[in-house]
Amino acid sequence: MAEVILKPTGNFNLTVEGEVITPDNFAGKNAQEIGQLLVWQGPQEYPLSNYFEVKGDGAASAEKTSIIIDGDVTRVKRIGEGMTAGRILVKGSTGMHVGADMKGGEIIVEGDTDSWPGMEMKGGLLHIKGNTKDHVGSAYRGSWNGMTGGRIVIDGDAINQVGGGISGGEIIIGGNVKHFCGIRINGGLIVVKGNATRAVGAEMTGGTIVVGGTIERFTPGFELAEVESDLKFNDIECFGEYKKFTGDYAIPQKGKGTLYVSCTNNECL
Amino acid sequence: MVYKNIICPVCGGSCDDIQVELKEGSIDVQNACKMGNAKFQEIVSHHRILKPTIRENGKVKDVSWEESLDRAAEILVNAKRPLFFLGSETSCEAQEVGMHIAEYLGGVADSNATICHGPTVMGIQESGMVGATAGQAKNRADMIVYWGVNALESMPRHMSKYGVFPRGYWTKRGRFDRKLVTVDPRVTPTATASDLHMQLNPNTDYELLSALFTILNGKEPHPSVEDITGIPLSVMKQTVEMMKESNFVAIYVGLGVSSSYGKHRNIEIALNFVKEMNNYTKCNIGALRGHCNVAGFNQLASYLYGYPFGVDFMKGYPRYNPGETTTVDLLREKDVDAAFVMSADLVNHIPADCAKYLAEIPMVCVDIAPCPTTTASDVVLPGVIDAMECDGTFYRLDNVPIHFEPFTDSPFSETKSNEETLKMLFEKIKAKKEA
Repeated sequence: MAEVILKPTGNFNLTVEGEVITPDNFAGKNAQEIGQLLVWQGPQEYPLSNYFEVKGDGAASAEKTSIIIDGDVTRVKRIGEGMTAGRILVKGSTGMHVGADMKGGEIIVEGDTDSWPGMEMKGGLLHIKGNTKDHVGSAYRGSWNGMTGGRIVIDGDAINQVGGGISGGEIIIGGNVKHFCGIRINGGLIVVKGNATRAVGAEMTGGTIVVGGTIERFTPGFELAEVESDLKFNDIECFGEYKKFTGDYAIPQKGKGTLYVSCTNNECL
Repeated sequence: MVYKNIICPVCGGSCDDIQVELKEGSIDVQNACKMGNAKFQEIVSHHRILKPTIRENGKVKDVSWEESLDRAAEILVNAKRPLFFLGSETSCEAQEVGMHIAEYLGGVADSNATICHGPTVMGIQESGMVGATAGQAKNRADMIVYWGVNALESMPRHMSKYGVFPRGYWTKRGRFDRKLVTVDPRVTPTATASDLHMQLNPNTDYELLSALFTILNGKEPHPSVEDITGIPLSVMKQTVEMMKESNFVAIYVGLGVSSSYGKHRNIEIALNFVKEMNNYTKCNIGALRGHCNVAGFNQLASYLYGYPFGVDFMKGYPRYNPGETTTVDLLREKDVDAAFVMSADLVNHIPADCAKYLAEIPMVCVDIAPCPTTTASDVVLPGVIDAMECDGTFYRLDNVPIHFEPFTDSPFSETKSNEETLKMLFEKIKAKKEA
């Protein structure tokens, strides 16, 4: 695999929109050509070399191109947006929209990310080893469809509206979430290993949510169906006993969503 | 001379029945509430800003209009990404010019909704809205719900003009023909005047709405909702029945819904609930907006650029993402480097960190009276008071456009209105940018 190393050098006084940073765009280009790719900062476009030192050439195809961002890029948004193949490794934290609309390939972020990672993602793997903020894999404002395929893995915590409107794919959160996890989903799978604050599965009309920790405030429109133990969704396993709820009955004539809640951590439900 | 049917330029009620008599050094105001009266007194106030000022080497000095506009244009043209905060106490006409300047410079245009009913507007975008004009509600509504709003104090004439007390065509006995329900964690004067006060726990609006919706769908809500919201299930069921039995339910939401945890999701489920309630009876929902023309910016921005607020022109076409392209977020992320603030005391109404950054970057403001924003500004352009000194358009709380006529003239020979001030500024900006 050909490695292109981007080392951030500065000039990030305003945030930079780095949607050109994808293996698709880097493939078939040498280091100098990659440095000449344009990115938006405010209403102006500047070459990538204004912000990064570029080392290494791209391979002939996106599949064989690997991008390594060697440092924190919290002021760079949209890294890997719409990528179809290849690999991006960020050895730090990123700004908003990392892996948005991603269709294939792999992004690994070793630090944290800002909101909207994997927005409306269609395929591939997005692995965030730190924490993230809001709207993981969710639908854009006013849109009804979030993530439709692929997998997002967050090792740390996420905040609000995880997986808003997803209809496919898998989101696995190692830590905790806060409000409206799985709001309005109609398919796919969300697994939260930690706790959730409130409104889990609100307005869901399909799909599956598993909460391994405690839900502080349960969503009113759910009905207890049965108790199941040791859940298995392909390669994702959730051990222990789970209460299975169906809902959300606040949404008329539906209630095809499934919410599994850990028995041991939610005795009062 | 007494002027009648003057529009009040204060809250979203945009009252259209104010009578004023302008005398030498004083003004008599009839029909306005306390807030309205105070604003009308501004016209004879001794602290009115009457001269443009600029700050040079830390000192503020009076300058000519020409010089102040030059300096303002220079600040905005030299900025990489300016923020245009087009406040809501001015006309749509002035806001329109502001938005065009933002588009021309590739900046961001935003307005008061971003720190106020923005989530309401976002909720409407998610699920659509069953609305009605204030007159419809006045003539037909026999059940009124104030949710998360203390109408008696925040929009003092709403209850008497549209909501609760007026005698409408089908509500001839006024208050006696209406049931009044308030949903509020606090015991407000509005709640005290209500037939039913649902005193829910703070930040549990979503759970309560979701439970009401579940009941409406013929299901039993999960029993934990009683503890979460603090409202017994029997009261929830009674409320849904009351609504179903009414002929016309008018729900008014305030910032208690749209700015408590859940934000636009609270509004979204409220709107969906109202939609479903229309299977049983006529039901509509509206927001009690804060300023006289706060709805105007949303209407205008949606009409001109497709998005209601937080419109980012960075790439030459409008983009919108609250949390990314909205005032507070841009300032928190230090993602703008100059600001233009019109008819809004922005510094006073945003988080301290954002206000601090705003004071650090070059700022131009248009205002009528001294406030923290004028103090932090590098250029202050005196404002003309809309609905008193110039004509124009406001959008009322129910999104009805109201044309207003002045009863006196602008005190400045250089400009007739904020619209004209902005047009002069735009000319200077174009000249500098193209030079």
